[in-house]
Amino acid sequence: MGSTQSPPVTFNSINPKVLKCEYAVRGEIVSHAQRLQQELQTKPDCYPFDEILYCNIGNPQSLGQLPVTFFREVLALCDHPSILDKSETHALFSSDAIARARQILDLIPGRATGAYSHSQGIKGLRDAIAAGITARDGFPANADDIFLTDGASPAVHMMMQLLIRSEKDGILCPIPQYPLYSASIALHGGSLVPYYLDEAAGWGLEVSEVKKQLEDARSKGIAVRAIVVINPGNPTGQVLAEGNQREIVEFCKKESLVLLADEVYQENIYVENKKFNSFKKIARSMGCGEKDLSLVSFQSVSKGYYGECGKRGGYMEVTGFGADVREQIYKLASVNLCSNISGQILASLVMNPPKVGYESYESFTAEKNGILSSLARRAKALEDAFNSLEGVTCNKAEGAMYLFPRLHLPRKAIEAAKAVNAAPDAFYARRLLDATGIVVVPGSGFGQVPGTWHFRCTILPQENKIPAIITRLKAFHESFMGEFCD
Amino acid sequence: MSPKPLDYESLNENVKKVAYAVRGELYLRASELQKEGKKIIFTNVGNPHALGQKPLTFPRQVVALCQAPFLLDDPNVGLLFPADAIARAKHYLSMTSGGLGAYSDSRGLPGIRKEVAAFIERRDGYPSDPELIFLTDGASKGVMQILNTIIRNEKDGILVPVPQYPLYSATISLYGGSLVPYYLEEEANWGLDFHNIRQSVAAARSKGITVRAMVIINPGNPTGQCLSEANIRELLKFCFQENLVLLADEVYQQNIYQDERPFISARKILFDMGPPISKEVQIVSFHTVSKGYWGECGQRGGYFEMTNLPPQTVDEIYKVASVSLSPNVPGQIFLGLMVNPPKPGDISYLKFVVESKAVLESLRRRAHIMTDGFNSCRNVVCNFTEGAMYSFPQICLPPKAIEDAKKAGKAPDVFYCLKLLEATGISTVPGSGFGQKEGVFHLRTTILPAEEEMPAIMASFKKFNDEFMEQYEDYRGYSRM
Repeated sequence: MGSTQSPPVTFNSINPKVLKCEYAVRGEIVSHAQRLQQELQTKPDCYPFDEILYCNIGNPQSLGQLPVTFFREVLALCDHPSILDKSETHALFSSDAIARARQILDLIPGRATGAYSHSQGIKGLRDAIAAGITARDGFPANADDIFLTDGASPAVHMMMQLLIRSEKDGILCPIPQYPLYSASIALHGGSLVPYYLDEAAGWGLEVSEVKKQLEDARSKGIAVRAIVVINPGNPTGQVLAEGNQREIVEFCKKESLVLLADEVYQENIYVENKKFNSFKKIARSMGCGEKDLSLVSFQSVSKGYYGECGKRGGYMEVTGFGADVREQIYKLASVNLCSNISGQILASLVMNPPKVGYESYESFTAEKNGILSSLARRAKALEDAFNSLEGVTCNKAEGAMYLFPRLHLPRKAIEAAKAVNAAPDAFYARRLLDATGIVVVPGSGFGQVPGTWHFRCTILPQENKIPAIITRLKAFHESFMGEFCD
Repeated sequence: MSPKPLDYESLNENVKKVAYAVRGELYLRASELQKEGKKIIFTNVGNPHALGQKPLTFPRQVVALCQAPFLLDDPNVGLLFPADAIARAKHYLSMTSGGLGAYSDSRGLPGIRKEVAAFIERRDGYPSDPELIFLTDGASKGVMQILNTIIRNEKDGILVPVPQYPLYSATISLYGGSLVPYYLEEEANWGLDFHNIRQSVAAARSKGITVRAMVIINPGNPTGQCLSEANIRELLKFCFQENLVLLADEVYQQNIYQDERPFISARKILFDMGPPISKEVQIVSFHTVSKGYWGECGQRGGYFEMTNLPPQTVDEIYKVASVSLSPNVPGQIFLGLMVNPPKPGDISYLKFVVESKAVLESLRRRAHIMTDGFNSCRNVVCNFTEGAMYSFPQICLPPKAIEDAKKAGKAPDVFYCLKLLEATGISTVPGSGFGQKEGVFHLRTTILPAEEEMPAIMASFKKFNDEFMEQYEDYRGYSRM
């Protein structure tokens, strides 16, 4: 007994699904970058760069983006409501922020922001979010359909938990995809059924391709339960055309699939000729109601122009499920009691920002437009930069926060990668990091057509740093291609 | 029309098996009645601020400043915020790269994990490694992560006390493991019976179950008992002999209402015991900002600390944490403030101490008021709430009441609690939600209602209970309430 046995929790005895799950966004290359960063702190001149630039993760405020002032004013007042009644408060906070904070606190019994709320989130905040969705889409939304969560990610996990019974349950996912989906499917023991986005057609989604993959999976005995659609796309950035969305809705109806609509980048659109349409809006405008389509729409406070990743705020809007399933969703939510209240408040602010006539409207709009137009400029600048590199092609980022350039690597580079047991895109990304301090995520972390190589780079470094980044990138790439040219 | 893609039949079976009574039938009924205008006293969940406990001032000042850092540059900030809150806000903001709005390290901000480690070291007298401390969105998420790491399939068993906080049973169901119960002895003040525990383990093993872990909740929930040092030593030896990882839920460590058994962490006792056991027994310890005298449930702040887990396992746990990116940053700051509160000499120290003491002393008084109140009721026996936030009286239901319950299609304690709710507005959780011995019934209530309201609440309960008992013990009467 005791020390002669191996301890109860070792690598060999932990849940194999945990071992199977991967998440490249904070994977190996990031650990390496962190090591370099630590070394830089003690020996600032040891590398050919001054700082590590984390372009691996959609984390805007970590790279200098400022939060929206009005939102933070309201949150601060909600955190410390006892100052609302003091006259000095007017010297520090705008009066509409004070008014909004009061209005929000009135929705919370006893103004107790430190209390667990209803497990779906505070009712009054859900009402506000439902109103925001209705105003956005032109179709009604119901507070009872909304589940506020600590970011959108826990809501995705909940749905996977409900849908996946065994490895015979499959979930259709776009390739490339945001690896929360592959990780979550692995963690819950299901099967990922890939459908490939078409790089040559601006990362377009072809329903015929989805259908092919669905049938292929079914022929192998997989029960395909749901399809994930990320719109705008991550890492690919494409914004779906309305016609495309209608096809997808019809497809889900016909094939009896739950539509999991990841819409967290709905406020990040950089092209004039496209706009965001929620799947709910598209479905309802086609006359598809609750009886026709099971739809889960995910939104978050982490993206958009607000970029409040650290707050962990988000929600899923669940429509088209029977009452008995809804009870189970509620039950799951109740085990964790509730999501953090500050995040809930922020979600309601995001879906109900200051309107014309508000004291803060102009400054709010200036901040919002400033951030969005800067993102659009950065998206273009980096897209052009990547396209100017030999052997690199890069689709436009119509939306979201990323570029996903394709590397057409010379044979020698691919062999060199093989020699060190690395995927070619990981090899390139590592060399890029070591030469420039820029951290990107190899395309294999997102999935790609076999034999093609990519990496994902965010568009988030501050605008004044972009020229220097582009210079470094170009210099590195030229040197890399020079080293490995055939 | 084709069947819906997700209907009740095609749901993950494990989800269907999950039960979490704390927000189950009684709570839902209470919410319905509240909507109809009835005054409800919610004592179903340990949620202090919902029952009038005020947040501590200092942490709220600090976090408000962190939310709105532009205030820090405003010349008027000193009108509303004391200098030490301003300094502390700057301190925490400097730990972040980008303030509250940026994802932190998936394990939590290194600076706060260092503060937690320093707290543990001061508390226990042994060093703690910040790299083995992971912050989570509430302790519950941490418990779920660890159980998910341990449970491979239904042949993996987790020893859980009965009665228990049903997060454990719910999570084990969700992840498809087996719950191996060990009964706490009500007559011995909810004490441990190792003979009984060994029997449970043997029974499980004979069914082909590999018992992997043992949960202890100290102070207990719902039972409130505080383990003695001897108890914990025995537990650790047991885990050593039976090769179990100890999951030490210590979220109520600041809620102690007697002086005979102060809180001692399982980790401290393990290290006191020295090698080989101190180097072998694996422990995961959980703590939170939701309880204690803070009661900041809505912030979702918590952590777990791993002891003697191999580095590869720690890496895997980190990997899974990274999929959720990071715990919420304001919650992390609350945690930092909790483990590193104002010190003597700080401007806010006196107010902080006054506020904290008031809460703890009142909780201690309420623990007594409630225990004594229940013990004065007919057919009710209640162990003293030595710690945590609950009272778990045993209700000795007369046979006729049990019969009526059956007729109504309800478990006897559910039947009783529903009647209690309808008559008095007091919303409790039936003991079956926590587990109890066959044929023995309890309910769980919190000791959180305001002290001024307690006498009236206990009087209301006594009136209902004694009438109920009289009704059902009256052999001539017509038993219908």
